[in-house]
Amino acid sequence: MSARIFISRDSGALCVGAEEVARAFYKAFETRGLDVEIVRTGSRGMYWLEPLVEVAADKGRVGYGPVKAGDIDALLDAGMLEGKPHSLGIGVVDDYPWLESQTRLTFKNCGIIDPRSLEDYKAHGGYRGLAKALAVGPKATIEEVITSGLRGRGGAGFPTGIKWRTVADTQTQQKYIVCNADEGDSGTFADRMIMEGDPFVLIEGMTIAGIAVGATYGYIYIRSEYPDAIEAMEIAVREARKGGMLGRRIAGSEFDFDMEVRAGAGAYVCGEETSLLESLEGKRGEVRAKPPLPAHIGLFGKPTVINNVLSLATVPIIMSEGGPHYRDFGMGKSRGTMPIQLAGNIKHGGLYETAFGITLGALVDDIGGGTRSDRPVRAVQVGGPLGAYFPRALFDTPFDYEAFTAADGLIGHGGIVVFDDTVDMAKQARFAMEFCAIESCGKCTPCRIGSARGVELVDKIVAGDDAAANLIVLEDLCNTMKFGSLCALGGFTPYPVMSALTHFPEDFGAKKRLQAVE
Amino acid sequence: MPRHEPWDAERAGEIIARYRHLEGAGLPILHALQETFGCVPDEAVPLVAEALNLSRAEIHGTATFYHDFRKQPAGRRVLKLCRAESCQAAGGDALAARAEAKLGVAMGETTLDNRVTLEPVYCLGLCHSSPAAMLDKHVFGMLDEAKLDQLVKEAQA
Repeated sequence: MSARIFISRDSGALCVGAEEVARAFYKAFETRGLDVEIVRTGSRGMYWLEPLVEVAADKGRVGYGPVKAGDIDALLDAGMLEGKPHSLGIGVVDDYPWLESQTRLTFKNCGIIDPRSLEDYKAHGGYRGLAKALAVGPKATIEEVITSGLRGRGGAGFPTGIKWRTVADTQTQQKYIVCNADEGDSGTFADRMIMEGDPFVLIEGMTIAGIAVGATYGYIYIRSEYPDAIEAMEIAVREARKGGMLGRRIAGSEFDFDMEVRAGAGAYVCGEETSLLESLEGKRGEVRAKPPLPAHIGLFGKPTVINNVLSLATVPIIMSEGGPHYRDFGMGKSRGTMPIQLAGNIKHGGLYETAFGITLGALVDDIGGGTRSDRPVRAVQVGGPLGAYFPRALFDTPFDYEAFTAADGLIGHGGIVVFDDTVDMAKQARFAMEFCAIESCGKCTPCRIGSARGVELVDKIVAGDDAAANLIVLEDLCNTMKFGSLCALGGFTPYPVMSALTHFPEDFGAKKRLQAVE
Repeated sequence: MPRHEPWDAERAGEIIARYRHLEGAGLPILHALQETFGCVPDEAVPLVAEALNLSRAEIHGTATFYHDFRKQPAGRRVLKLCRAESCQAAGGDALAARAEAKLGVAMGETTLDNRVTLEPVYCLGLCHSSPAAMLDKHVFGMLDEAKLDQLVKEAQA
């Protein structure tokens, strides 16, 4: 058997030169007359080590990273193909502490398998969840998902199984499964990683959802900023169809299920579920008022399950291992694991999947390794552009839906963006309003007008223009947006703004004003 | 060699015909038109409306709602710099200013020689390796001044 090495094709690896490294390896093997197979995988999520090159050795896969094309000769001379030590070596990848300390359920296969091979997916336990769902039937499948305690990973945290049951209970010929892959939150990339690294798990999850609720067709709506993910999903859908896992009588069962990939067009608000449905229907991505819920009147007016990528990609393991297995991880009402994404000014940027309950401080300081700039961490934004900024004083907050709500924040899609002490929090608050103004769909007034007024107010406060009075107006505006907006874009923009004001008042010219009063 | 074809109503009709059978064909058609012509020309709007049995206003509304769809073709290369929070935290603002200075254009503009369009993007999902950028469909991360300069040079080439 020829030797095998593994290099990621994940865009997080490509963006730091994985393609050049792969090409250089091909060339080096040719020059040296070596018969080595290069398998292109997804990423393990340890991005500071990308391009990470793994070698299949007797003791497991041995990793080297970050590898540059210029390192290859030295690596091969050092005996890389036998897994021998080198200064870039990290040992057996599965034993590497950053990875070993995680609980990988949703990301079990990501970075390990070939995302274009249905066979490889099946060889790593793929489609066991579907087999179970087919064996127990739709009703028991929904019960299993309810038992698991899985909540929507897109950010809202609504119990996935309950959503499914609502759709299953509707009496219509046509229902839809829609996967929300419009991952627009800064600081998040978990959906992208699944789609590029383990696309079949998402297809399997959607298929199980389809069987469970009686839907025969699904759409994956992927943002256009993710061309690599779109390509990966399109290839996987084709492969699954070819392999009988999509289409008529899937896997030889009595069920039909097929799906297609649709590309977004650069609108952040389309990550909001009703806006996404409008967009899929070919319209402006304007938010719908709820009720009616998409579960009753969704895509093309039909009952629709709309779930985030991570929610759907977690279903196969819930089915194959059982709901209780998943439920037994986590804390309180946050069950199972959360794929946490470490981003921004951070040493160890990447994906850390772990049970709910780990503290924010442990994630940022211990696992993230602090800032890349080696300066003190001053603030972290959790949950994307609509998430709150946390100061170090709140680093004991456990990663849990309820605990974050209690701290006036949200975990959202699980992204953590780290800022060092050079950050200007007034600027960040202004940006939150500015971003909302750019991306507002325009349907409701608090969001459309409020965000524009918000930018002006922050400017006035920082300039010291009647700051005390304008602070009161800003707070009032935030309340109007929070309670008066149709969706989370306008409704949650106050989180970053108010948290910046509450925890970092000194950045809003408060000191200057205090001095003036004295 | 120009990247895009000049406007041709017959060609547009072919493209529309290829996608009109889809449920919710609006976005796939607009994407395909832009892929071919580099933008969604005004002339295309009535054709799409006719094919989908919708009003021109509806198609115009859709085409202008999304950041992706252009009125005019972009420059030969499109350089997108991520301006979202994660890249801000890692020095993205300074790099954006540097790119503007190097190219002599502001965000959203195209160089006079039509070689490069510089655009902001709000997240490329490469936040683990901020600051990030995209040149056409190729992604770049862990940018610093030297890497950005190289990228700008490549875009201008």
